[in-house]
Amino acid sequence: MTWYPPRIVALSWGALLGLLALTVFLAYQPLGAFNTVIALIIATTKALIVAAIFMELREHRGLTIAFAAAGFFWLAILLWLAGTDFLTRPQFPPPAIL
Amino acid sequence: MREAQPSFQYATLVQQEQAAQLGMWTFLATEVLFFGGLILAYCVYRYGYADDFAAAARHTKIVIGTLNTAILLTSSFLVAWAVALVKVGFDRLVAGLLTGAALLGVIFLGLKGYEYREEYREHLVPAVNFAFEAAHARGAELFFMLYFVLTGLHGLHVAIGVVVLLAIAHRARGGAYGRQYHSPVTVAGLYWHFVDLVWIFLFALIYLPGRSSA
Repeated sequence: MTWYPPRIVALSWGALLGLLALTVFLAYQPLGAFNTVIALIIATTKALIVAAIFMELREHRGLTIAFAAAGFFWLAILLWLAGTDFLTRPQFPPPAIL
Repeated sequence: MREAQPSFQYATLVQQEQAAQLGMWTFLATEVLFFGGLILAYCVYRYGYADDFAAAARHTKIVIGTLNTAILLTSSFLVAWAVALVKVGFDRLVAGLLTGAALLGVIFLGLKGYEYREEYREHLVPAVNFAFEAAHARGAELFFMLYFVLTGLHGLHVAIGVVVLLAIAHRARGGAYGRQYHSPVTVAGLYWHFVDLVWIFLFALIYLPGRSSA
């Protein structure tokens, strides 16, 4: 029975702040299209740390994981189907009408 | 302390807590799609107006944005700490941690308000006083439209979270939670962590683009 935070929770906090510093630093490096990819990979990593440790998903199985994943599953379908539309249009965005 | 009892529709407190957690995850799934529609709109227009979005994103306040990210991550840490402690006692410390997290939320909102004021002064508010270099104006206006809607709705979630955390902290101080009954703390924690999670992606999409060029 101790009052201080569980070691993994404190380590996660440190890791999240470290990743924040890393993503800001890398955003200023000229990496072309990789800037966006790296920013999203780091954001996803941070989100997974929050979900697994802070939201305690690592201690849950089955039903809770399915409920937690459901929203992201449907979001993936939303982005995928909308992407097949906009990414395959011969002209997007439409020309400006003045 | 009196032995905690489950509500009448549950057989046990464990079952009651599982139901509460699944209920919150269901709500959060609707929140994912709520913000997801706006994220989709962002993706579509960023694909269509890549250069305009980069030019517009350079006008966001990266120092405040980064500071605010650190503030929300830290407040989430305090809540995760409180959730771990509430199962073993430490009522006053749990209340203090939740109050601290709520205060960080208030600081976040204050900095966000300062940011909005700066953007108003720089004529970056669509439909109010938007003015931008002509070459990028079209996409930049869409960027700032999405910026104000996304951060505004997120800020509303933070404000609601602050009220919830303060209410839970007040009850924790009165010894309402313990080893057996603590689901309001865990469920409010899930909501607060989710608000943090949304911000992690908003930060990457709003503040980071276009920093390495021009």
